[in-house]
Amino acid sequence: MKDFEFHRPATVKDAVAFLRDHDGAKFLAGGQSLLPVLKLELAEPSDLVSLAHVKELRDIRVDGDKLLIGALVTHDQVHRSADVQKVIPALARLAGEIGDAQVRNRGTLGGSVAHADPAADYPAALVGLGATVITDRRSIAADAFFTGLFTTALERDELVKAVQFPIPRRAAYVKFAHRASKYALVGVFIAETTAGIRVAVTGAAATVFRAPEYEAALGKQLAPGALDGIEVPATNLNSDAEASAEYRAHLIGVIARRAVQALLGHS
Amino acid sequence: MTSQGIGASVKRKEDRRFLLGKGNYTDDITLPNQAYAVLVRSIYAHAKITKIDSAAAKAAPGVIGVLTGDDVAADGLGGLPCGWLVKNKDGSNMVEPPHPALAHGKVRHVGDPVVMVVATSKAEARAAAGLVDISYDALPAVGRLADAIKPGAPQVWDEAPGNACFDWHIGDPVNTEAAFKNAAHIVEIDLTNSRVAPNAMEPRAANGHYEAASDHYTLYTTSQNPHLIRLLMSAFTLHVPEHKLRVIAPDVGGGFGSKIYHYAEELLVTWASKKLGRPVKWTSDRSEAFQSDAHGRDHISHAALALDASGKFLGLRVKTYANVGAYLSTFASAVPTYLYATLLSGPYDLPAIYAEVQATFTNTVPIDAYRGAGRPEASYLLERLVDKAARQLGVDRIELRRKNMIRPDQFPYQTQVALQYDIGDYHATLDLALKSNDYANYEKRRAASAAKGKLRGFGISTYIEACGIAPSAVAGALGARAGLYEAAGVRVHPTGSVTVFTGTHSHGQGHETTFAQLVSEKLGVPVDSVEVVHGDTDRIPFGMGTYGSRSAAVGGSALIKALDKVIDKGKKIAAHLLEASAGDIEFKDGNFRVVGTDRAKAFGEVAFTAYVPHNYPIDSVEPGLEESAYYDPKNFTFPGGTHLVEVEIDPETGVVEVVDVAIADDVGVIINPMIVDGQAHGGLAQGIGQALYEEVRYDAEGQLTNGSYMDYCMPRAADLPNFKVGNHVTACTHNPIGVKGVGEVGAIGVPPAVINAVIDALTPLGVTDISMPATPEKIWRAIQAAKLAKKGA
Repeated sequence: MKDFEFHRPATVKDAVAFLRDHDGAKFLAGGQSLLPVLKLELAEPSDLVSLAHVKELRDIRVDGDKLLIGALVTHDQVHRSADVQKVIPALARLAGEIGDAQVRNRGTLGGSVAHADPAADYPAALVGLGATVITDRRSIAADAFFTGLFTTALERDELVKAVQFPIPRRAAYVKFAHRASKYALVGVFIAETTAGIRVAVTGAAATVFRAPEYEAALGKQLAPGALDGIEVPATNLNSDAEASAEYRAHLIGVIARRAVQALLGHS
Repeated sequence: MTSQGIGASVKRKEDRRFLLGKGNYTDDITLPNQAYAVLVRSIYAHAKITKIDSAAAKAAPGVIGVLTGDDVAADGLGGLPCGWLVKNKDGSNMVEPPHPALAHGKVRHVGDPVVMVVATSKAEARAAAGLVDISYDALPAVGRLADAIKPGAPQVWDEAPGNACFDWHIGDPVNTEAAFKNAAHIVEIDLTNSRVAPNAMEPRAANGHYEAASDHYTLYTTSQNPHLIRLLMSAFTLHVPEHKLRVIAPDVGGGFGSKIYHYAEELLVTWASKKLGRPVKWTSDRSEAFQSDAHGRDHISHAALALDASGKFLGLRVKTYANVGAYLSTFASAVPTYLYATLLSGPYDLPAIYAEVQATFTNTVPIDAYRGAGRPEASYLLERLVDKAARQLGVDRIELRRKNMIRPDQFPYQTQVALQYDIGDYHATLDLALKSNDYANYEKRRAASAAKGKLRGFGISTYIEACGIAPSAVAGALGARAGLYEAAGVRVHPTGSVTVFTGTHSHGQGHETTFAQLVSEKLGVPVDSVEVVHGDTDRIPFGMGTYGSRSAAVGGSALIKALDKVIDKGKKIAAHLLEASAGDIEFKDGNFRVVGTDRAKAFGEVAFTAYVPHNYPIDSVEPGLEESAYYDPKNFTFPGGTHLVEVEIDPETGVVEVVDVAIADDVGVIINPMIVDGQAHGGLAQGIGQALYEEVRYDAEGQLTNGSYMDYCMPRAADLPNFKVGNHVTACTHNPIGVKGVGEVGAIGVPPAVINAVIDALTPLGVTDISMPATPEKIWRAIQAAKLAKKGA
């Protein structure tokens, strides 16, 4: 790990101002993705701006038909939150399946979303639920937020403050984990929302994506069998030693059907 | 008298310090004026080194020295030796290429060390290592065994045409040929045994310390055998006599074979300490471990079994290619020969065997012994082949094994591949395992799985293994360049407490407890009065270390010999005190007693008298009570048993879940049942790891593609069911304890049982073969291919 300057501002305003003025600086939230990257010297930021002393960004709040989760809420807190369990149980379960206990105790929603790991779980929930990412300067729809491999619509000095999830009628997330890393090899989030069925797939491609063919089929008939014979093309899927694109395409179908089953079982 | 002797599940004495985080590992040792080394390793699988520019590194902050292969050569350091000379079929010697501590002229695998940077801190050394500029001319490389044996493959060594290190054989080709001619059935199989990384929890480390005033070296190292390291450094690499070199292997966090070998880093830090005038420490990180620890397995085999019309085995023919990597590691040549092909009779009465083994160089990190070392490769081949024979002949796989097993009345049994099994009861362990598995109700469990949409499979492996490689004279005749005995010392203190010095080394096995139990058994003292010392060449007379499940069978036997000498001397002292003749004294339950009387002296009293010899037979008996012994075993020991595995496969995803493991082993007399169970558990986890999860992957050009835990899959506790471990004891006939060894049985017995279970589950779909590791995609593809084949047919 290369040397860096460490800063610990107390407000979002100061944190953002620091990044604006320092090109080589990075925000540090829970550090569960950033620190391994630093240790492997894959990134060498000049400054780390820790958000540990920022008092805001730590709320979980139900607001009418929306659930608002602050960026610095840890995965474990999401998993254990009575509010989350009540209004979007699938999200609470998803958070409880991220990484391991140590990761869940440190890792944060905002950090995960901003990092945009192609195999992370949260992006599936954001896109699957049609969430909105609230930053220090604007709101970004999840569909427009994740733009590619480890890339988002965020500007370099823009900080995620919270994510606002519309509360669905019901939802489910099923993950097929990579055996070694336990990241999603394929994760499918399905939600029945007031605006219709949404299906989001993580882990299978460079970034999370929606499966419109599944959404259309499930819109007609919300049952696992509705997906029979509908294949997600393998063309843009990841292919590696753990899983070829062809196998991932097959898994998307299997896991999507299981997610529908789970959704029907947990209303 | 004591409840802490042989057979007691005494809690491990060493665990207190480990559980408190107070172990003392090599990297915990930081000496005054400590300097730190970082190695710059090759990123090429095969390349010519055209230039090394270290000017920027030398000028970097904190740097004390930058050393290269030229420096190693200039100082006359010897190359890392191979400890076992294997001969070719024609009697000529194997190819033994040079193995310099730092690459000289060429690099031959990714991770080959090229430059060592030493600085006042690890961070500075690491930063400076990034400034070393090495220019390479890339050469054609071969990363996979299957490619290395093809005609026209890139050559790892000019002196090894076809990449052949040796072409060796064992058994009788003529008899075997005849057996196949007379066979009613011939069953053939092509197999690979996958390449795995050892992954000890503690990465390797070494700290070399030269003291100029006394002209003395000390090396702290993560070793399973510090005396062997000292011997190799004195005789071959550092050229410093033994009395000037102390090697200490303090607490070591797992080895599994990977810490047997003499590695370059041990030599480099010791040498650099003198050159730079400071102690020099190197500690591997996990990424470095993947590309510098010796790996295990990696065979390609073709085998054929000849059977008569009734299913009796007539003969076995095996041709194996074994990967040895780019250089010969310390025991690389012994593993695929004397530890593999000699086990090919398994637990079976096999009247004719012929095996050929070609060891092959590749541009990969060396391959050497890994938990089981050759025996897992043999059991995997044999047990896959026997299962295939049962399917091909349409007979029951259990009955086919039972029919061909060596019967108890056939011992001692001379195999066709050099070994003579002293004792065993393979039918008993088979029956015990079947009972533990509740095999009678297997069909019900299969139906229940089917009702859930899962494919259930049952797998069996009946295995044999050989521990405590021996005797020295035979091993020497076969090419071993070291002895295979063990040493022990027993120092009884004046108040009756005991210090044991053993040449074996504990890196997780619990010797501090089991060896104390042997003392308790013999002398009647509680285990808390016994301290077991290991891992220090200055404190222990000598030793060959711990590997091949030898510690109890060889080291424990040496300890028993030394304890017998203590008792013999004690009898003389007691006879004097009791005014009897030594021949009339018996030692039992901690008391020296005149036979047939109640006149006795307690052990502690005799010990005290030995050190305070006021009333003492001083003319015939020396004061003090301390004895040592060396024990050279007469034969290997032969643990064996049956491992049964049940799996459930999700046919949609290909995921395999191990749902039941029931084993019955015969590991001889059991010193500590809890520790024996623990050893079985650990071995099973590693064996299941190889069967389902682990595999080192090199691409065709020799790049390591999964050298981190993000990609290399280790088994986790949640992947494993509760193991049902049973034992049936036949005591080893030729050592004083009757022990055989348990350290490796899990890793040897279980992999074929897992794969046989997977194939059994998939047989109804038409799948006939799955290689290790049985990954979900591999299984899914096999199912798809079988479906297509059925449609086509």
